[in-house]
Amino acid sequence: MRAFFLAALVSVFSAVNAAETGYRLEKSPHDPRDLVSLQAGAQVFVNYCLGCHGAQYMRYNRLTDLGLEEGQIRDNLMFTADKVGEPMRTTLPQKESKQWFGVTPPDLSLVARSRGADWLYTYMRTFYRDPKTATGWNNLVFPNVGMPHALWMLQGQRGLEIATVKDAGGHERAEYRWTQLSPGAQSAIEYDTTVRDLVNFLTYVSEPAAQKRKSIGIVVLFALGILFIFAYLLKKEFWKDVK
Amino acid sequence: MSTRLAALWNWFDARMPSVAEQWRIHASEYYAPKNFNFWYFFGSLALLVLVIQIVSGIFLTMNYKPDAALAFGSVEYIMRDVPGGWILRYIHSTGASAFFVVVYLHMFRGMLYGSYKEPRELVWVFGVLIYLTLMGEAFFGYLLPWGQMSYWGAQVIVNLFGTVPFIGPDLALWIRGDYIVSDATLNRFFALHVIALPLVLLGLVVAHLLALHDVGSNNPDGVEIKKAKGPDGKPLDGIPFHPYYTVKDLMGAVVFLAIFAFVMFFVPEMGGYFLEHNNFIPADPLKTPEHIAPVWYFTPYYSILRAVPPLFNSQFPGVLAMGIATLILFFLPWLDRSPVKSIRYRGPIYRWALGIFVVVFLLLGYLGVKPTTVWGQFGFDAFFLDTKDVATWVARLCTILYFAFFFLMPWYTKMDPVKPVPDRVTA
Repeated sequence: MRAFFLAALVSVFSAVNAAETGYRLEKSPHDPRDLVSLQAGAQVFVNYCLGCHGAQYMRYNRLTDLGLEEGQIRDNLMFTADKVGEPMRTTLPQKESKQWFGVTPPDLSLVARSRGADWLYTYMRTFYRDPKTATGWNNLVFPNVGMPHALWMLQGQRGLEIATVKDAGGHERAEYRWTQLSPGAQSAIEYDTTVRDLVNFLTYVSEPAAQKRKSIGIVVLFALGILFIFAYLLKKEFWKDVK
Repeated sequence: MSTRLAALWNWFDARMPSVAEQWRIHASEYYAPKNFNFWYFFGSLALLVLVIQIVSGIFLTMNYKPDAALAFGSVEYIMRDVPGGWILRYIHSTGASAFFVVVYLHMFRGMLYGSYKEPRELVWVFGVLIYLTLMGEAFFGYLLPWGQMSYWGAQVIVNLFGTVPFIGPDLALWIRGDYIVSDATLNRFFALHVIALPLVLLGLVVAHLLALHDVGSNNPDGVEIKKAKGPDGKPLDGIPFHPYYTVKDLMGAVVFLAIFAFVMFFVPEMGGYFLEHNNFIPADPLKTPEHIAPVWYFTPYYSILRAVPPLFNSQFPGVLAMGIATLILFFLPWLDRSPVKSIRYRGPIYRWALGIFVVVFLLLGYLGVKPTTVWGQFGFDAFFLDTKDVATWVARLCTILYFAFFFLMPWYTKMDPVKPVPDRVTA
């Protein structure tokens, strides 16, 4: 009977992880402990994203988490606010932007929690030229997205051809053939690094307390471990006379 | 005790002797069977989670704003700007799921050892009332973060009431206080979540415990320990709850808190099951998410709802089935006709029935979080196939088995061969 329960449990929980359909997301290589990467990501964010997307729940002075001084934040990163305690709002007018793009560019404070880091990492690296869309850009993980490729000057313009090929087993699968239409300011490896830094930063912004959470968690678990020893001994002592 | 403290206590005791008396009745002279096993931790753990939820909830309300324009932002304010706010929020969100984990295991214990059977029917009935209240409490609370899942989950569930014949639309309007889920809905759900249902819950927990302590606890053998008393009038197989079970439950609580802490500090979203990804997007009444799924603890019933085909273009049969699936629990003590309580002395039929029931419940829960297309479609056509989704048909089969477990219980528990029950508890 027990084995039966266990087998049923295992089958239920392994099925939970069944693969989703669509373009396979790439694993984001970001590292939340890499402060240099986080600082670089903050720079990419204020230079390329903040013009249209805010991070309204994030305050500039919280960026001291990333090893920056308030002065450094004020001088290098703060383009949309007067005081360092203000949130990272965009200056883009919200109403008009809806007319311009068809949709108001969403706030990015929590985008890494709603979309996930892997999605962001893949998304920022799968833009391609498409004459059929209004912006002339399209995206593999977000088809017909309203946003043009904001980092195109870094990555350059790319074209995409999707071919259906049969593998050895006779199963059909899509093959993605990328072409570089014009060179970007960065090499492919440099661009991947830029995107990694940006995703790292967005992941941080989505939960600034995440690192602290884990370090407190270790202390709490350790304390509970100690407490368990005493609770166990106490129970053992009291239960000695129960037969 | 120092003499001064003793004097103070004597002064107090002379004026309010009921404190010491209640302590004796419910702790130091409440005799519990000595053979409680692993499954018996979950009652006290449920009480612990209740306290955790109330305390963390009080602190959350100090910074939360029940206002459609401010709610989502105030939760992020708690997560970022309130000192320790993220700890409170994760305690509360982890606690919500932990509550259901603990309560489901607690109920399963009752089914394993027949704890609902005579003379503990009222204990079970109060327990089911607690469970239903808890579902309401969780539902109202889930709207408060005002994310997309909060909003559309509430929309879907309130619309269920709209399917009730004749009064449905008015009923849904009355619950929402508006034609759609809106600021008015948020404000009243806040009131229900922080005041009304917690009060009901506390009252029911008191009733549950009083009813239990009047008749005494069951145990894994299903033997009534009051039948074998010593010359001092105390059950031979009983031990005082305090200090024996207080120290044992303390040990269980520490293990539970370690698991709890692991979740809240390392995987607070639990892969999107405790905190759903879509709920990090603010509620947008104009944008329906592609896939709306309730939180995991509701999904077995949600699966039943989806599995029942509509009748005359109305979803009401599904809603009715879902309602019956929860309310049937009340009748369990009278559906079970077995002469023995514990699964240890029951025959193979009940063992299989309970095993299948558990698998069916988990399967329904799993299917409820997934779209009905999760297992693809049948490759053939037939006149009776109103839908070709394999998962829907599996859910239908599970729904039938779920109800069969309860509705056929009077027969299969009666014919199930039982083993002789010992007079005293076994070690």
